[in-house]
Amino acid sequence: MELVEENLDEHHLDDKQVMDVVVRFAGDSGDGMQLTGSNFTQATALYGNDLSTFPDFPAEIRAPAGATFGVSAFQIYFGGNDITTAGDAIDVLVAMNPAALVTNLANLIDGGLIIVDSGAFTDKNLVKARYTENPLENGSLDQYRVLSIDISRHVLAAVEPYDLGHKAALRCKNMWTLGLVMWLFDRDRSATINGLKKHFPRQPEIAEANIAALNPGHAFGETAELPSGIHVYKIPKANVPPGTYRNITGTTALAWGLVAASELAEIDILFASYPITPASNLLHELSNRKNFRINTFQAEDEIAAACAAVGASFAGSLGVTSSAGPGIALKAETIALAAATELPLVVVNTQRGGPSTGLPTKTEQSDLNMALGGRHGDTPIAVLAASTPTDCFEVAIEAARIAIKYMTPVMLMSDGYLANAAEPWKIPDVESLPRFPVRFQQPVEDFRPSMRDADTLARVWPRPGTEGLEHRIGGIERSYDTGDISYEPANHQKMTDLRKAKIQGIANDIPLQEVCLGNNTGKLTVVGWGSTFGAIHQAVKRCRADGLDVSHIQVRYLSPLPRNLGELLGGFEKILVPEMNTGQLVRLIRAEYLLDADGLNKISGQPFKIGDIMAAIRQQFAGAQS
Amino acid sequence: MNQALTVKDYATDQEVRWCPGCGDYAILKTVQKLLPELGAPKENQVFVSGIGCSSRFPYYMNTYGFHTIHGRAPAVATGVKLANPELDVWVVTGDGDGFSIGGNHMLHVLRRNIDLQILLFNNEIYGLTKGQYSPTSAKGTRSPSSPAGSIDLPLVPCEVALAAGATFVARSIDTEAKHLGSCVRRSYEHKGAAFVEILQNCPIYNDGVFEQVKDRKIATDNRVELEHGKPLVFGAERNKGIRLDGQTLRLEVVELGGEGAEEAGLLVHDESNKILAQLLATMRGPEFPVAVGVLYRERKAGYVEDSCEQQLSIRSREQGDLKELLHSGNTWQVD
Repeated sequence: MELVEENLDEHHLDDKQVMDVVVRFAGDSGDGMQLTGSNFTQATALYGNDLSTFPDFPAEIRAPAGATFGVSAFQIYFGGNDITTAGDAIDVLVAMNPAALVTNLANLIDGGLIIVDSGAFTDKNLVKARYTENPLENGSLDQYRVLSIDISRHVLAAVEPYDLGHKAALRCKNMWTLGLVMWLFDRDRSATINGLKKHFPRQPEIAEANIAALNPGHAFGETAELPSGIHVYKIPKANVPPGTYRNITGTTALAWGLVAASELAEIDILFASYPITPASNLLHELSNRKNFRINTFQAEDEIAAACAAVGASFAGSLGVTSSAGPGIALKAETIALAAATELPLVVVNTQRGGPSTGLPTKTEQSDLNMALGGRHGDTPIAVLAASTPTDCFEVAIEAARIAIKYMTPVMLMSDGYLANAAEPWKIPDVESLPRFPVRFQQPVEDFRPSMRDADTLARVWPRPGTEGLEHRIGGIERSYDTGDISYEPANHQKMTDLRKAKIQGIANDIPLQEVCLGNNTGKLTVVGWGSTFGAIHQAVKRCRADGLDVSHIQVRYLSPLPRNLGELLGGFEKILVPEMNTGQLVRLIRAEYLLDADGLNKISGQPFKIGDIMAAIRQQFAGAQS
Repeated sequence: MNQALTVKDYATDQEVRWCPGCGDYAILKTVQKLLPELGAPKENQVFVSGIGCSSRFPYYMNTYGFHTIHGRAPAVATGVKLANPELDVWVVTGDGDGFSIGGNHMLHVLRRNIDLQILLFNNEIYGLTKGQYSPTSAKGTRSPSSPAGSIDLPLVPCEVALAAGATFVARSIDTEAKHLGSCVRRSYEHKGAAFVEILQNCPIYNDGVFEQVKDRKIATDNRVELEHGKPLVFGAERNKGIRLDGQTLRLEVVELGGEGAEEAGLLVHDESNKILAQLLATMRGPEFPVAVGVLYRERKAGYVEDSCEQQLSIRSREQGDLKELLHSGNTWQVD
């Protein structure tokens, strides 16, 4: 179905009690917007709001200063209710230059607040942003509230004692701005101050200069005469279950999930990867975790990375490899080798906009077809998808569990949004995580590498170095009985059936599909997978509050599908499947269950907005009446 | 310990399926015979191969074996060795597998100096796909895909291996069991990536391509056997030698004795001299004899050693604690 242009949210900063706010920090890619955003996030988490964040940065590392394609942004949505997306429309836009203003203005609500560095609105920068007139002076921003401050000048004055030089001094602009936004929302600066000190242990003068910029920004808010209606906003604290919380991105959660899996399975992990956006951060994070049972290997290419992981699995470690779509395509032959030789392998796909190089820094869910079927031969593997940044932790453990227990490749689907988005996480109790220690094959009489578990159909895992278990495996079809090369027609049929049955059997070992919001039957269910969770959840929640009979089902297990999914979906009159692709899950549902289902498809490199999905839900109900 | 093991212990129950007369049989026999002599535990031997005739090798070795995908054996073997450095890892590959589809991995496994043995069976042809020219085929090779003669310029495996940073490079001949056995043994004893090119006859698609260096009647005139510290002398009568022209930095073949040159002026083989190794690697007939033996050897730390060392040092400083990790950085309490 068509994507409907949503109406921007109607909440205003004038309300007596502001329940939630979206702030977007935007500037040049060298302006430090990501650092500003993460510091504000930290302070917001410590304040006690629920929150969700999403960085939105360009593919260019350092685009020419002032260029529209070089704008780097960080968006945070925070409030007193459960927050599951980075927010639809912007309430407060921080624009460090004209390019940042022009590229983000369309998403600002009427009456929204713009904070700009007027010092950066030079003729040169205006031209780069294709402004023919200065928008700060021509009345074109009249429907917003504009706080136009010469931040550059304030900063240069604030850091003068540190003698940094003009260029380095201006780099502290982001901290001055952060100070001001922290004042606006009553945030505590101490975590940022401590963080700066820690970040520059060998350059205390840089830390001090940044702090010297942060504090006057805050003081400016307190003392300057601001336009009417701009004051400190108190956002209610969120009502969340008790526990210890931290803020975490999907990438970090996924990496820590793998670390946890190695402990729970009592096995070493070799994480072999090749740098690619937006998957590289996983390699970086795990490269810092070698004090656990983790080793990392930056291979010469995607294929070598997958091959090294399979080699490690053959040798008795758990091989894990990771990439984004184009790299996963290169790994396809190796994944099939692992499926054929029945070795465990976890493949993390942090999806990005495709095809080909596509949109490297933007998010998409268009690799589901490839995950499910993108291999030569009849090669089923298990496929799991994480739904939220914090969900990545659990799904990583689950991927490792299935790979080991079923001696199979498992593809774990993440995406550019999940990888970089962050949200508060109630830290789980390590002791309560279920353990699944690996059992390698022990020497037995008449050992054959084809021996398998009668229930799971998983092949045995004999570890090289074990006396008496010497054996050969390979990509040529193997005899069901002996594991030796076999070209027998009946054997190939049997092995093909076996490979399918083994993956299908995993359905008995995963939870039944549950409805995560709403009733188990009804007029409409919205079915999601992956990072669309947050937007679907909010949309369904709001529509239910409006009295619509709509439920939300979020599918984590995409291969095999939960064994009750067909029956569950059959209990709804209508099925709506929002995806950031042209309709890959919806086609699977239609094919698997012969059920009518509508797709809602957005392929813009941007995550769904809550409004996108609400509009589609309403359209489904409008259609039902007509 | 496996001291009582014999050649039979290293043979599998699988029927060997190479063509009759294939040089691979001789190589297999030599390796099966050598392994018991090495005194290493059989269960620690892992043979990893890619795709091609040579890559069937692991199926015939009663050790751990992994027949993988085309060109990728060095990458798989790297993973095996990283996961368990105690294992003795062997890569068996061919000229197509190792230098065409898998050229990239060959380059990087050598550059990283991963401690394993690479046996490259070079028959200068694609066998398993029925006789197309390979990246080592001489220019002009007529094959199903080059009926008018190939126009690809070939590469010299040992030269490429040296350029990639290999720390052990040797060349031998399939049917010269003693020479081959010695080269493979020394490759095993070498710590680091050891590259052994084995000139191997394909009786079906490229028969006799190495006849000049293999035929007992003429081989002594067409190959020079390298020995560390010994002058480069060859010929049926040991009447020829190799000299370096100091002016042009080119090698030349000289006659010895009588009116000819004196042995004292000949090049003396030095396995630690990379420049010399490069000169010797590229020698070819009819002007020069083909050099066989250990061309080059150097001791250098390898990737796996350094990886283990780094990991040990990190873990000795700070053993990972999952609970601590999850609680690291900024956390807050909700009551």
